[in-house]
Amino acid sequence: MASVLSEGLAVSALLFAIGLVGLLARRNVIMVLVAIEIMLNAAGLAFIVAGARWGQADGQIMFILILALAAAEVSVGLALVLQMDRRHATLDVDALSDLKG
Amino acid sequence: MVVIFYLSSAVAVAATILAVTRVGVVHALLYLIASLLAVAILFFTLGAPFAAALEVIIYAGAIMVLFVFVVMMLNLGERALAQEKAWLRPRVWIGPGLLALVLLGESLYVIGQGAHTPYRVAVTGPEAVGATLYGPYALAVELASLVLLAGLVGAFHLGRHALHGGPRDGERPQ
Amino acid sequence: MRDALVLVPALPLAGFLILFLSMGALKRGAVAWIGVGSVGLALVAAVVAATGFWRHGAAPYTQTLYTWLSVAAFVPRVRFYLDGLSLVAMGVVTGVGFLIHLYSAEFMIDDEGYSRFFAYMNLFVAAMLILVLADNLLLLLLGWEGVGLASYLLIGFWYGESLNGLAARKAFIMTRLGDVAFVIGLLVLFNRLGTLNIQDLVRNAQAVWVPGSFWPTLAGALLLGGALGKSAQLPLQTWLPDAMAGPTPVSALIHAATMVTAGVYLVARLHGLYALAPAIERLIAVIGAVTLLLSAFAALVQSDIKRVLAYSTMSQIGYMFLANGVGAWSAAIFHFMIHAFFKALLFLAAGAVIQALHDEHDIGRMGGLRRQMPFTFWSFLIGGAALSAFPFITAGFYSKDLILWDAFASPLGGPAFWAAGLLGAFLTGLYTFRLIIRVFLGPAKSKIGRRPGWLMAVPIGVLALLSVVGGLLNIPSLFGGGAQFTHFLAQVLPAQALRPGVRAIEPDLETAAIGASLGGIFLAFLLFLHAPQWVEKVKSTVAGAALARWWGAGWGFDRLYEGVVARAYAGWARANRDDFVDAGVDGVVEGNRLLHQLLRWTQTGHVRWYAMAIALGAMGWFWLAVLS
Repeated sequence: MASVLSEGLAVSALLFAIGLVGLLARRNVIMVLVAIEIMLNAAGLAFIVAGARWGQADGQIMFILILALAAAEVSVGLALVLQMDRRHATLDVDALSDLKG
Repeated sequence: MVVIFYLSSAVAVAATILAVTRVGVVHALLYLIASLLAVAILFFTLGAPFAAALEVIIYAGAIMVLFVFVVMMLNLGERALAQEKAWLRPRVWIGPGLLALVLLGESLYVIGQGAHTPYRVAVTGPEAVGATLYGPYALAVELASLVLLAGLVGAFHLGRHALHGGPRDGERPQ
Repeated sequence: MRDALVLVPALPLAGFLILFLSMGALKRGAVAWIGVGSVGLALVAAVVAATGFWRHGAAPYTQTLYTWLSVAAFVPRVRFYLDGLSLVAMGVVTGVGFLIHLYSAEFMIDDEGYSRFFAYMNLFVAAMLILVLADNLLLLLLGWEGVGLASYLLIGFWYGESLNGLAARKAFIMTRLGDVAFVIGLLVLFNRLGTLNIQDLVRNAQAVWVPGSFWPTLAGALLLGGALGKSAQLPLQTWLPDAMAGPTPVSALIHAATMVTAGVYLVARLHGLYALAPAIERLIAVIGAVTLLLSAFAALVQSDIKRVLAYSTMSQIGYMFLANGVGAWSAAIFHFMIHAFFKALLFLAAGAVIQALHDEHDIGRMGGLRRQMPFTFWSFLIGGAALSAFPFITAGFYSKDLILWDAFASPLGGPAFWAAGLLGAFLTGLYTFRLIIRVFLGPAKSKIGRRPGWLMAVPIGVLALLSVVGGLLNIPSLFGGGAQFTHFLAQVLPAQALRPGVRAIEPDLETAAIGASLGGIFLAFLLFLHAPQWVEKVKSTVAGAALARWWGAGWGFDRLYEGVVARAYAGWARANRDDFVDAGVDGVVEGNRLLHQLLRWTQTGHVRWYAMAIALGAMGWFWLAVLS
C-alpha cells in the first residue's frame, strides 16, 4: 500500500480538533468525557501512523499505553460523574466552580 | 486498501462530528462507537491489526460499555434532554470552533511541511508487538499496571454509594 | 599556698549557687551562715593566697583553670592573675565585702527576700573577684557584666515598688551604654594586637604602637567608655544617685566600695595602654576633675542621706580618675582602698540611722542623734572626717593628699587640676559636715527605734578603725613616713616622674590642702550649726532657690538626657511606629496582592475555561516552536 502518512496524520489532527471543540463547547460532563476519549483516540491514531511509517511496533505500544490510560481515566471519571450526580444533582461542569479564585 | 483508508477516514470524521454534536448522550455514544470502529479499520489499513483488535475490543467494547452503564445508572430523562438543548445553542460552537480550526490549521501546516517519501506499509503483527512490549517496554507495562490499579481503587472508592452521605442517597451508609 | 587563689571567687560563687538553687527553702540562720560564711572563707582564702604571694617575693602569679575557648589564635583561658594591684583589689573586695555581709546578716533579718539578698550579694562578690583577678580582658568582661547584673538585681531588690525597678533599669541601661564601647574596644584591641591577655596586650601595644597614634587612642577611648559607665563619671553618671533605691548594704558594697571603682581599677590595670594615649589620659583627668566638682556641689544640697553619700562617692571616684589621668595610678588605687573603707563605713552607719528612724531618709527630719546613738555617731564622724580628709589622723587625708600632690606635681598634671581638687576637698568638708550636723547634732526630732546589734556594730567598728589606721600604710616622706603602699605597688604601677622644681613647694601645697579641708569643715559648722539663718536667707532668694534646685537635681543631667536623648529617641520611635522601614517590604506584599487581584479573574473554577486556556497555550507554543 502506498504512503498515506500525511493523510493519516491529517485525520488524526482533524479528530483531535473535533474532540477539542466538543470539550470546549459541551457542558454535560459525560460529553466532556466523550470528547476526551475522542482526543485520546486521535493521539493514538497519530502514533499508529507514525509506527506504520517506520514499520516498528513502538507506535502500537504507545497506543496500548494510551488505551490503558484511557481505561483508568474513564473509570475514575465516570465514578466522579456518579458522585457529582448524587451530590449536586446536576451534570453541568460549570456548576462546579467552588475553586473560583 | 487506499480506498478503504479514505472511506473509513471519512466515516470516522463524520461519526465523530455527529458524536460531538448530538443532544442525547446515548446517541452521541453510538456515534462514538461508530467512529471508533472506523478508526479500527484505519489501524488495520496501516498495518496494525493488533491495535485494531484492541480498539474494537477495549475501546469500542469495554470502555464504551462503561459509558452506557453510567448513563443507564443516571437514568437521564426528558428534563436532561431539554437542558442539553438549551445549552447547545449555535453560538456556543463559535469560540471553540475557531480555536480548534486554528489549531487544526497549524497542525495540518506542520504535517504538510513533512517529507513525503513513499513507503510500503508492512504489517506489524501481534507477535512483534508483544515481543517489544515485554522487552524494552517492560517498565512501561509495570507503570501502566500501576495506573490501572490506581484507577481501580479510585473508581471503587468514588463509586461507593455513600461517600459522605450525598443528598440523593437514600440508602444506609455501608 | 597561692593555689588558694581559685577558692577566692569560687567560694562566693558556690554560696550563690546554693542559695539560688535552694530558692528560699533554707532557714534564715542557714542562709546567713552560707551567705556570710562563703565570703568569710573567701577572705581566708585571699589571706592564704596573699601570704603565699609574699612568700614568693611578691612575684606575679598566674593560675590557669582551663581553656575557655580555642578558636585559631583566640585562646582565652580562665586564668587568674595575682599581682600587687589585683591583690589590693581582692583584699578590698573580700575584706569590705565580708564586713558588709556580716552587717547585712542583721540588717536584712526582717526582710522577706533574705535568701535572695544573700544569693545576689554572693553573686556580686564572685563576679567582682573574677573581674579583679582576670588575666585576660574577656574574663574581665565576664566579671564586669556579672557585677552589672548583680547591681541591677540588687538595686531593684524591692521590686514591689515600681520606682526601684525603674532605678535598676536606669543603672543597667546607663552602664550598658558604656559597656558597648567597652566591648568594641576589646574587639579593636584583639583585631590590632591579636590577644586579650592583659600582660601580653600591654606588652604588644608598647612594642607596636607609637604613643599618641590613632589605635591606642581609639582603644583607650572605647575602654574608657566602659569605665565611665561603671564608675558613674561624667557623662554616664546619672544612674548612681538613683541606685540608692537598693538596700543600704548594697549601696555600701556595690555603689560605694567596690563595683563603681571598677573603672578606676580597669584604667590602672591597663595603664601601660593609656600611657600610649596621652590625649585620653588628659581626658580622664578632665573628666575626673569636672565630675568631682559637679557632684560635690550637688552633694551640698541633697536632702536624702544616701543621695549625699552617692554624690560624694561620685566625687571621690572623680578624684581617682583625676589621679589616673595624671599618671598617679598608685595614688588612685590607694584612694580606692581607703575610700572603700570609709565610704562603706559611712553607708553602714547611715543604714543604722535609717533603720533606727524607721526608714527615714530625709536629713531634714533627723537631728540630735548624737546622744541617742553615740556609737553610730562616732563611727560616722570618723568616716566623715576621713571623707573630708581631716588632717593627719584620718586615712582619707593621706590618700586624697597624695592625689592632690600628684595632680600638681605630675608632668601630666598642673595647677588647674590641683585647684579643682583643692576646691573639691573644701566642698567635701562642707557637705560632709553639713550631713553630720543635720543628722547627729542639733535638737532631736524623732524617737529612735532599733539600735544596731553587735553584728552591725562590729563591721562598723572595724571599718572605723581601718579608716583611721589605713593611712599608716602610706604616709608620705614629707611627714616622715615610708610610703610603703606606693612602693609595694611600684612593681605594677610605676611611680610618675615629678615636674622639676615642685619638691620645693610641697609643704605649701600640703598646707593649702589641710587648709581647704579644715576650711570646709569650719564653714559647715558656721553655716549649718551656728548661723543657719544665712543659709535660709540665700535659699530664699530667687537665684539661691534656683541654684539649689539645679544642684539638687544633679545639675539637671537627667532632664538634659530626657530632653535630648530620650525624647529624640522616643520621637524617632513614634515616627517609626508604623515601621517606615517595613514600608518597602509591605510594598512587595502590596505588589503581589495587586498582581493577585489581576490574575484572580483567570481562576473561574470552570473546568472548560481551564481547558480553553490549555488549548490557547498549546496554540501559542505551536506558533513559537514551529511557525516562527
